[in-house]
Amino acid sequence: MLRRLAHELIEANQGAEGLVLVGIQTRGLPLAQRLARLIGEIEGTEVPCGALDVTLYRDDLGRRAPKSLHATDVPVDVTGRTVVLVDDVLYTGRTIRAALDALNELGRPDRIRLVVLVDRGHRELPIRADHVGKNLPTAYDDRIRVLVEETDGQDAVVSEEVPA
Amino acid sequence: MTQQPRHASSPAADAATTPATTPATTPATTPATTPATTPATSTATSTATATRVAPLHHLLGIDDLDAAQVVHILDTAEQLLPIATRERNTVPTLRGKVVCNLFLEDSTRTRISFDLAAKRLSAEVLNFSAKGSSVSKGESFKDTALTLDAMGVDCVVVRSGSSGAPRQLARYLDVPIMNAGDGWHQHPTQALLDVFTMRRHLGDLAGRRVVIVGDLLHSRVARSEVQALNLVGAQVSVVAPPTLLPPEVERWGVEVVPSLDDALPDADVVYLLRVQRERMHRAFFPSTREYQRLWGMDGRRLRQLKDHAIVMHPGPMNRGVEITGEVADSDQSVITEQVTNGIAVRMACLYLLLAAPAVDEEAGR
Repeated sequence: MLRRLAHELIEANQGAEGLVLVGIQTRGLPLAQRLARLIGEIEGTEVPCGALDVTLYRDDLGRRAPKSLHATDVPVDVTGRTVVLVDDVLYTGRTIRAALDALNELGRPDRIRLVVLVDRGHRELPIRADHVGKNLPTAYDDRIRVLVEETDGQDAVVSEEVPA
Repeated sequence: MTQQPRHASSPAADAATTPATTPATTPATTPATTPATTPATSTATSTATATRVAPLHHLLGIDDLDAAQVVHILDTAEQLLPIATRERNTVPTLRGKVVCNLFLEDSTRTRISFDLAAKRLSAEVLNFSAKGSSVSKGESFKDTALTLDAMGVDCVVVRSGSSGAPRQLARYLDVPIMNAGDGWHQHPTQALLDVFTMRRHLGDLAGRRVVIVGDLLHSRVARSEVQALNLVGAQVSVVAPPTLLPPEVERWGVEVVPSLDDALPDADVVYLLRVQRERMHRAFFPSTREYQRLWGMDGRRLRQLKDHAIVMHPGPMNRGVEITGEVADSDQSVITEQVTNGIAVRMACLYLLLAAPAVDEEAGR
């Protein structure tokens, strides 16, 4: 699935020129790293990859537990580049809104694309992904978790139904 | 459906901080889509060590914290530190919140540090100092507190000459209270920023040797410092004129070393306390010169230190008394770094206190 997404990104961008992949902490980061490596292999080049923590930009602080902060580390200047935001699950869109604000602090990219592994619907903001690994219809209250080898020991998408 | 689904797995998933080491093999990635089931599965994640960190309600003293909370504050500060050096050095996190700096005792440095920390997080800051305020007109501490409450502040940072004033304030008000130093009692953010600075230089502090030198009797910094260092597993030695050692110092969990020269060769950190002239109402030592000769850090003593050892001071320094200019300006001195780190640590405390209800969600975005 990631290989397909990598090809889609290359096609949309006409190559790897000017791309920087930015994974949203935490599960987006390993996905971004794998995508960057795949694109690099296919195109025979090095694709920069960074991490973005959006916690400080969320609109639900005080409503939910403050999450642990993780590193924001984008190795190149994003100004003038095409930033590909990578996240595991697209749901309400609020994380992405926060990510757009957070990116804005780092510079002025030429354009920002969004890649997600799973789109589960239930958007609350006018945001959509440019590339989707899999559309997964869910109930609003379901919990969808993407597990990745790097942090969870296995690759999987887990859907948990809320007991009625 | 208001019921929150709480699965055993979610705290573990949330706390798995590992910054993703990339596996050597590439493409075997296609994630298996497990169809909807699993209330109690969570086998993949729940084994992580994830003990939940207890939320902070106030920051009154280090003695209220456990080791996990200290580490959590330091880890948070670590992520906030780079914000200060960015071109855009504020984040919108605490927009609309009002932080009141209630300073009933003079302290320019600490107040400025809290002020900047709050502003980097986009909070509004009210500075309330004893001079020129209602306090100088005779208003009681309780009435001052109730006034602030009525004005709707979201957090009070309090500095007071009276030990225990912050805890009393916490009884009067429902908002988080941060102790910015109270009497001889506690100065928790100073201790946290010091431990943070040590950790950045030395890594894990377990088993490291910290030598604290000077006026332990009057020092709230020393009390907080020792407690924080004990929590992170460092070994603490204290060196001081006998008149400036608190009577119960053996119960602090420290080793009392009679001579500074004996303590230096094993030290990873030398922490010099300020000679607080304003608290020296009686003669605790014969003269400044004698203090400097016996307890002061000078170039000769600097050369007894291990190469990696660092010299710290909470400021403001009395150059020529507890520290010479040569030491203060040496490569092993991290005193200005302490000041920079102080802002990040105070940002972390404000963030954890002010952005904080209590439900964990991982899947919901």
